[in-house]
Amino acid sequence: MLAFIVRRLIQSVVVMFFVAMLAFAMFRFVGDPVHQMVGIETSLEEREALRVKLGLRDPIYVQFARFVGNAATGEFGISYQHQRLVSDMIRERMPATLELSIISALFSLFVGVPMGVYTGLHRHGWLSKVFMTASLIGISLPTFLIGILLIFVFAVLLGWLPSFGRGEVVELGFWRTGLLTVSGLKALIMPAFTLGLFQLTLIMRLVRAEMLEVLRTDYIKFARARGLTNRAVNFGHALKNTLVPVITITGLQLGSIIAFAIITETVFQWPGMGLMFLQAIQNVDIPIMAAYLIMIAFFFVAINLIVDMLYYVVDPRLRVDVAKAHGHG
Amino acid sequence: MVEVPATQSRGPSASEPGLHSAPDPGARATGLWSRLRDSDVLYSFSRSPITITAAIVTALFILCAIFAPVVAPHNPFDMATIDLMDSSMPPAWMEGGDSRFLLGTDDQGRGILSTIIFGSRISLLIGFASVVLATVLGVGLGLLSGFVGGVVDAFIMRVAEIQLSFPVILTALLIDGVLRGVLQVEKSGELAYWILILSIGISNWVQFARTVRGSTMVERSKEYVQAAQVIGIRSSMIVLRHILPNVMGPVLVIATIQLAVAVLSEATLSFLGVGMPPTEPSLGTLIQIGNDYLFSGEWWMVIFPGSALAILVLAVNLLGDWLRDALNPRLR
Repeated sequence: MLAFIVRRLIQSVVVMFFVAMLAFAMFRFVGDPVHQMVGIETSLEEREALRVKLGLRDPIYVQFARFVGNAATGEFGISYQHQRLVSDMIRERMPATLELSIISALFSLFVGVPMGVYTGLHRHGWLSKVFMTASLIGISLPTFLIGILLIFVFAVLLGWLPSFGRGEVVELGFWRTGLLTVSGLKALIMPAFTLGLFQLTLIMRLVRAEMLEVLRTDYIKFARARGLTNRAVNFGHALKNTLVPVITITGLQLGSIIAFAIITETVFQWPGMGLMFLQAIQNVDIPIMAAYLIMIAFFFVAINLIVDMLYYVVDPRLRVDVAKAHGHG
Repeated sequence: MVEVPATQSRGPSASEPGLHSAPDPGARATGLWSRLRDSDVLYSFSRSPITITAAIVTALFILCAIFAPVVAPHNPFDMATIDLMDSSMPPAWMEGGDSRFLLGTDDQGRGILSTIIFGSRISLLIGFASVVLATVLGVGLGLLSGFVGGVVDAFIMRVAEIQLSFPVILTALLIDGVLRGVLQVEKSGELAYWILILSIGISNWVQFARTVRGSTMVERSKEYVQAAQVIGIRSSMIVLRHILPNVMGPVLVIATIQLAVAVLSEATLSFLGVGMPPTEPSLGTLIQIGNDYLFSGEWWMVIFPGSALAILVLAVNLLGDWLRDALNPRLR
């Protein structure tokens, strides 16, 4: 167990090291940081002085070490475009993205699992066919198009829901939440639905496939032969055994939900990190891009690590064959 | 490595016409055709109405894209024929519509139908090109990884694993952002094609590489490879002449599915404003433009290009799904 954890930890550190190198290379070699910071009138001497002051004349490995040190303490420099500390901007926008991501993950889980169980149990029912067809369309429709269609129907035609923004927010210390006001909740419905829809279809199909697999096994047949109620068989035995992969996938998908939030946040002008990242790409604002890259990588690596360890704890087979534990589910 | 592109880029595209003209057997009874006619693949194709529909829709899109200047009622890039007086007209069947513009016009007076046809052309061009790039990269690295093994293999696969743990669209966005930074934002309009092809192509190589690596490792231990080695054929020759043809089967399937992914990625990037510029709109750019006019009730600017995109992606996806099942003997 310990060896396994240590090995996974080392792997994660290596990944983070590579990502940090990539981010540093972007930061250092794409565009000229000094050129971005000064005006046209700045003389060459002043530029040189700024260069020295920023440490851009130090050896490259010293710069890299400084970059990593700063990143580890959450310091990513100053945004070219906004002339503000990137760390402050991220701190302001992180709650919006996390609220949106977590709500849509919960939504996809609590709707996707029952739909998957239903389609697994009644595979030939008409409702199952409707669900399966809808999920195929859901996979083929791009996220941004679903968002646009929702806005068109519920904001433009019906006028029920706001089409952009977070509504009213309440400050809870450093955390700015939209979950406590009516307008905030109303503003959350469409973005969370849009973001969660893809995961929902994924979870539904996964649960369905797992249910079909489990229902064929001998111990389910035996449970039925013992005369247990359908309810006990389907939920107590079958569903329970499908949940391990579902939890894994949902965990791993949380990372991609945060990444896909870029698109949803753009469609709904949701003031989160994704929107900030996109604007940074449009304006080639390298410090924000580098910071976002490192943060997202950290999220992914951390989630992967936790999921792998959970897997190890939950599934006894892995303890025999450790080599399998590398799978990304 | 230089010869690799020529050999591989033929993979997905050369079999494409074979797929679509398959229902027309009697034409030329060469070895390949008669084999195709008797194959299980064609049989399963003719038995699946959904697949046939998907193939027809895909073929229609590709034909429209190739012959766009002939098919489209107007040329949306020809400034002389565009009249700002025609802007924001609803579809022809609605009040205020004009029979010249079946699906209405956009904010600059370009016919929506024409911009969709030319937009699909750009979308498909970028889609195909980036799949070709991803295939060349992925198959090349996969062959290298599987044949050489050792440190090279470990390094390539580790990079692949890291890249695979991030969503494709995020990788594509990052590469796009870096390229725009390197090439200066001002020039990125003209170079939009190349930026998109590079960023989508580079972000999609992993699946090809992993599959090809696996089959290469299997093939490498087979006797014909050993025989070739014994009679002193160079390793590069063995890989390109003998192993490559034997690992291309699954590549075709992945390439088809990746085409849908690539078209979707292109549309997403363009929609996010880091793809094709409004002067040369792809389907994604059209949706982005239309999105701005949604609130004034001019829904046709976004609904029609959006539907075109969704139908195209759905058709290619269905085709890819079928191909995967048809070429996989275990599922029969």
